[in-house]
Amino acid sequence: MTEASGTQPVVHDIIARLKDKPGALLPVLHGIQDALGYIPADSVPSIARELNLSRAEVHGVISFYHYFRQTPPGKHTIHVCRAESCQAMGASQLEAHVKATLGIDFHETTADGQYSLEAVYCLGLCACSPAVQIDHDLYGRVSPGTFDRIINELEPSA
Amino acid sequence: MSITVYVPCDSGAIALGADRIAAAIAQQAEQRGLAITLVRNGSRGLYWLEPMVEVATAQGRMAYGPVQAGDVASLFAADFLNGGDHGLSLGLTEALDYLQRQQRLTFARVGITDPVSLDDYLAHDGYKGLNNAISMIQADIVKAVTDSGLRGRGGAAFPTGIKWNTVLNTPSEQKYIICNADEGDSGTFSDRMVMEGDPFVLIEGMTIAGLAVGATVGYIYLRVEYPHAHKALNAAIDKAYAAGYLGDDILGSGKAFHVEVRLGAGAYVCGEETSLMESLEGKRGLVRFKPPLPAVQGLFGKPTVVNNVISLASVPIILDKGGDYYRDFGMGRSRGTLPLQLAGNLKHTGLIEVAFGLSLRELLYGFGGGSASGRPIKAVQVGGPLGAYLPESQFDTPLDYEAFAALWAVLGHGGVVAFDDTVDMAAMARYGMEFCAIESCGKCTPCRIGATRGYELMDEIMQGKDIDKNILLLRSLCDTLLNGSLCALGGMTPYPVLSALNHFPEDFGVKPQAAV
Repeated sequence: MTEASGTQPVVHDIIARLKDKPGALLPVLHGIQDALGYIPADSVPSIARELNLSRAEVHGVISFYHYFRQTPPGKHTIHVCRAESCQAMGASQLEAHVKATLGIDFHETTADGQYSLEAVYCLGLCACSPAVQIDHDLYGRVSPGTFDRIINELEPSA
Repeated sequence: MSITVYVPCDSGAIALGADRIAAAIAQQAEQRGLAITLVRNGSRGLYWLEPMVEVATAQGRMAYGPVQAGDVASLFAADFLNGGDHGLSLGLTEALDYLQRQQRLTFARVGITDPVSLDDYLAHDGYKGLNNAISMIQADIVKAVTDSGLRGRGGAAFPTGIKWNTVLNTPSEQKYIICNADEGDSGTFSDRMVMEGDPFVLIEGMTIAGLAVGATVGYIYLRVEYPHAHKALNAAIDKAYAAGYLGDDILGSGKAFHVEVRLGAGAYVCGEETSLMESLEGKRGLVRFKPPLPAVQGLFGKPTVVNNVISLASVPIILDKGGDYYRDFGMGRSRGTLPLQLAGNLKHTGLIEVAFGLSLRELLYGFGGGSASGRPIKAVQVGGPLGAYLPESQFDTPLDYEAFAALWAVLGHGGVVAFDDTVDMAAMARYGMEFCAIESCGKCTPCRIGATRGYELMDEIMQGKDIDKNILLLRSLCDTLLNGSLCALGGMTPYPVLSALNHFPEDFGVKPQAAV
């Protein structure tokens, strides 16, 4: 059994729980991504069947929204805000520092699977720019130095 | 007796360490055998002082900030629980100049109450508006909102009462209220602050809207980037159901209203109301043609009110104190108050709710304290990523929808982002085009293709290639975007781009006199 097919029971539970909501597709996709970290390709046929949509429609929705992932994320996902307020406070330098430190660009994951890097266009923390989100934690007024400290405090993965 | 200590649960405060402060305060109090009640309030909106801790004393609430985890022990040593003096003392919160100079109507409770306590909400005038509305006829509720002069605070500034009236007068067995909480505009965070700091006011506003137009179902379309708001809204919704403020029989009136939070998925364009409805229906967030207006044929083809968070959160006070009370604030056709958000390179960033009419300069210097870097403020972007950049010569403009429109600028959702003189405005113009290209829904050609051609042109201009020819082309492209796009994303991207070019031509390698 492949790893992805092991996710099928989870996917089916989520679809069964949410499919009767009006406009159920986004709640279903959120449910799957919350549980698995991404939306596996082999969940698309099940979603399509249960929601009475074509696979193309489901794929179209997944690929339209920046937030939905089609590949597993690294152990930690780092979102760096690129919007204007953060730029006014040094976000471009921070962005360059983060990319250089991790050795990856946006939408990439480090080779050791430790970090995924994503751009975000506003976290609503514009009064404490520049802002970064790492997993579920928010950080304001992040300098390259504070970024290094935060990363060092994250436990190294096994 | 237990002393009440307030540590904000606002995500801005949390991003600056508020959770660690709250834990440290609880731990110190326990170690010292002191009885405290720790309340996680919303933010007062003075972000340069966050995390700002408050203590309830006989004189009133005393503030301390910005508090770092290492300060907690010394705060206890200074007897801050009894208002003791400390290096971080700010005095009585209510006496802080930044707050004293505001007129907080929509934000009346934010930072004061426990956001998810219904009792606290009721003790601070909560649900008074709904109590009035429940015995009113529908047309009178709509009339109160029309009389208040409230205009859509999401950015488009369309009169809220007129929108409601259309939905009221469109017969249908099912109607919807949608709260647009997809606050994607960078530089804005007032929706977030309300949802995290006073979620009941939004729920109350939506319930009143439902009664007014005959809608029984409401959706809050919340951006996924706001997990703390999501938690607060769901907690408040559960409590409102349990206490009969939501459900099939609101306050025994026999009228029904239900609210559910739905999450977006990181698409800026879904803040556009028709794209938002597509997304709620489970589709790609493609913009719809208008007409039909959402008020006639909206969500699932039914008449739908789509209002911004701040618009809906302003409704309870209008129904509580009357349309006239609200209308008496403001200037010209901009009535009431506008929550402004000071962001970017400023000393005193934060939330300022004031009546329309204050000048941008007063906002930037009187409230904002000038740039954080100490350098001159070169440009200010007002109204989000699709708002124009204003140069110093326009700082005396009053904050008023029409005054901004006269300058070919917008107030939008009230975001104000300041840049010091190190900013390269050509780079900002390029970013404006790049952002549009990333976020375009792809339905109309000017936006889908024009934005990409736009940042390619900006790349050439920034490399000094054929500047005059490329600028002509850029202006022509902007003309197409302005007049040919289906929605405001393509239609307003020229605002930041052309305002940057017109006010700061030297950054584009153009001699100032050559600019038109």
